[in-house]
Amino acid sequence: MPKKTYRQAINEALRQEMERDPRVILMGEDVAGGMGSPGEDDAWGGPLGVTKGLMPRFGRERVLDTPISESAFIGAAVGAAATGLRPVAELMFVDFFGVCFDQIFNQAAKFRYMFGGKAVTPVVIRTMYGAGFRAASQHSQCLYPIFTHIPGLKVALPSNAYEAKGLLIQAIRDDDPVIFFEHKAMYDEEADVPDDPYTIPFGEANVTREGEDVTVIAMGRMVNFANQVADKLAKEKIGVTVVDIRTTSPLDTETILETASETGRVVVVDEAHPRCSMASDIAALVAQERFADLKAPVKMVTAPHAPVPFSPALEDLYIPSPAKIEAAVREVLAFKG
Amino acid sequence: MQLSRDELLHAYRQMRTIRAFEDRVHEEFSAGNIPGFVHLYAGEEASAVGFCMHLGDRDHIASTHRGHGHCIAKGCDVRAMMAEIFGKKEGLCGGKGGSMHIADLEKGMMGANGIVGGGPPLVCGAALTAKTLGTGGVAIAFVGDGGSNQGTTLESYNLAKIWNLPAIFVIEDNGYAESTASSWAVAGSQVGRAAGFGMPAHEVDGHDFFAVHAVAREVIERARQGGGPSLVHVRFTRYYGHFEGDAMTYRGKDEVPRIAAERDCLKLFRQRVIEAALLEPAELDRIDREVAQLIDRATVEAKAAPMPSEADLLTDVYVSYH
Ligand SMILES: Cc1ncc(C[n+]2csc(CCOP(=O)(O)OP(=O)(O)O)c2C)c(N)n1
Ligand SMILES: [Mg+2]
Repeated sequence: MPKKTYRQAINEALRQEMERDPRVILMGEDVAGGMGSPGEDDAWGGPLGVTKGLMPRFGRERVLDTPISESAFIGAAVGAAATGLRPVAELMFVDFFGVCFDQIFNQAAKFRYMFGGKAVTPVVIRTMYGAGFRAASQHSQCLYPIFTHIPGLKVALPSNAYEAKGLLIQAIRDDDPVIFFEHKAMYDEEADVPDDPYTIPFGEANVTREGEDVTVIAMGRMVNFANQVADKLAKEKIGVTVVDIRTTSPLDTETILETASETGRVVVVDEAHPRCSMASDIAALVAQERFADLKAPVKMVTAPHAPVPFSPALEDLYIPSPAKIEAAVREVLAFKG
Repeated sequence: MQLSRDELLHAYRQMRTIRAFEDRVHEEFSAGNIPGFVHLYAGEEASAVGFCMHLGDRDHIASTHRGHGHCIAKGCDVRAMMAEIFGKKEGLCGGKGGSMHIADLEKGMMGANGIVGGGPPLVCGAALTAKTLGTGGVAIAFVGDGGSNQGTTLESYNLAKIWNLPAIFVIEDNGYAESTASSWAVAGSQVGRAAGFGMPAHEVDGHDFFAVHAVAREVIERARQGGGPSLVHVRFTRYYGHFEGDAMTYRGKDEVPRIAAERDCLKLFRQRVIEAALLEPAELDRIDREVAQLIDRATVEAKAAPMPSEADLLTDVYVSYH
C-alpha cells in the first residue's frame, strides 16, 4: 500500500470527494492563496500547504479564498450546507473559534432539533489543533472538548494519515455538521493509505494494540504516544491495550467499556486541559458503568489547567508525553487497593 | 516640519532600532535559533514610530501578530523583548508569550495578538478607561488590512463613535493578508468605511514618516480634546514574508527590492533631514552604529539567558485561585 503523509491523505480525500460530488466546495483563508496578488496563484494552499493543488484542479468557484472574517464565512458555509451545498470550511487554527462560535454552536448544531428534524446541515469544519509547534497560547489549544459538549455536532480526531482520509471522507458524506481536528504536528507523518476512497464510520473506536494488563484510551496525536508506550512495555511483558476513540462525538462507549473491563486498569490520555475534558468524561463513564471490574482508580494523563506556554522549555513539560503515559500505566499496574 | 532636533534624532533611532531588531530576528530565525511563528515589521517602521511619538505612559496601544515594531515604538525594553522571542525567563513575558504575545502593560503596550481583530475592542476598553477616569489618555489600535475585515474591528468603529471614545484605528495596509491582496479582500475603502460610521479618516503614505507623524498628531489631538475616534489608513510594504518561512511566491517580481530602494522609510527620512540640513549624516551614522551594538548585545544576552523552569509552568494562570 502506498505511504502518504497526513497532509497528502487529507488533500486526497478532499480531491476525491470534490470529484465525486459537485456540491462539495472548499472555503477558508488562503486555502488557495494569491487572490488578487501579482505573483503565483494557489500560492499557499492553506498555511501548511494541505489544500495545495485543489484550486487549479477545481477552480475558484469551488475553492474559495475568504477575507479574515470567520463569523461571515464559517456562517456562510453553514448556510450553504443548510440549502444544498456540502461545504468544507477551514478554520485555520481551532483557537480562532471564538470569533465565529455562534454560527457553529447556535446555528449549525441546533438547526435540525429546533426545526423539528427538517434541517440537514452537512458542513465540515476542518481545523488545526494541538501543542508542540512553539506557537504559544493562541495557536496551540485542543478545545475539542468544547465542541464535544454541544449536542448536534460531531467531532473527529484522526490519529494518523490512514485515519485522516477515511474519517474526512466520512465527514464530508455525513449529513450532520462535523468538526474535523487535524493535529498540526502530524502533517508530515506517514502511514499506509489506499489510493481508492474509503470511509471510517463515526462512533467506532479502533483497538490499535491488545494486551491483558492495562487499557489506555486515547485520541488524536496521543494515540501514537500510547502505541509507543505499549510497544515499549511489551518488551517487558506488560500487555497494554490501546484504544483510539477516533470520534469524541459520537463516542464508542461499548469498546471503551469492554476494553476497560478486560484489564480492569485504565489510563485515559487527552492532550486537552483536565477539567471537563475527554479524559474526565471517559474516566467518569468507566467508573459509573464498570466500577466492579476496576482493579485500580482510572488515571488521567492530560495537559495542565494552564494556557500553552511559548518557551520550548515549558511547552515540552506541558504536553502529555510518552514518558508521562508510561508512568501512569506503571502506576495503575502497581496499585494494590 | 515642526519636529525639534531631539525629536528627529529620536524618530530615526526608533525606526532604526525596529529595522535592526527585525533584520536580526530574521537572521536568527533562518539559522534555526528562534522557534514558533514570527511576523516581522521591517518596512513599516514609520507607522509605529509616527504614531507612538505622540504618546506617553497614560496612552495605550494594542498591536497585531506583527507586534515588535509597536512594542519598540511604545518604549518596551529591547533586550527583554529579544529574550522573550528566544523563550527565556528574563523575557518581557517570562518566555510564556513569545513573539506573538509580546506585551508590557506598564508601558501601555497591550500586547501583540495572535487573534486577527483581537485588538480593536480592547482599545475601545482602554479608551473607555481613559475617558471614565479622566486621564487624558488615548488608545490606538493597530490593525492590518486583513484585520480590517474582521467583525470585531467594524463593531469597534461603531462603539467608539457612539461612546465618543478617545480611540484611533490605524489600518496598516501592507498590501497583503498572508498571500491575499488587500485590493481584493477589502470591499470599499478604509476611509469610506470610517465615513460610514461618521468617523474622520485620513489616508497616508506609510513610507513617509513625516506624513504619518503629522496625521497622527491631528487625530491624537482630536481624541485627547474629546473629539472622538478617527481612522488612519497607512499604506506601505512589508519586506519579509507573512511569517518567517513564507516563500512569498504570490508577490510581484522585484516588488520588495524596488520599494526598498525607492521608498524605504529610513532612506527617505535620511534624505529629507540631510537635504534640509536638519541633521548631519555623521549623527545618523552614529545612531546606526549604536543601534547595531544594542541589538547585538541584546541577542547575545538573550541566547545566553536561562530558560524558564518547571516551577514557572503553572504560575500566572490566575491572580489567585481559591
Ligand atoms: C481570527 C484569526 N483569523 C486568522 C488568523 C490567521 N492569520 C494570522 S495573520 C493573518 C493575516 C493578517 O493580515 P493583516 O491583518 O493584513 O496583517 P499583516 O499580516 O499583513 O500585518 C491571518 C489570516 C488569526 N491569527 N486570527
Ligand atoms: Mg496586511
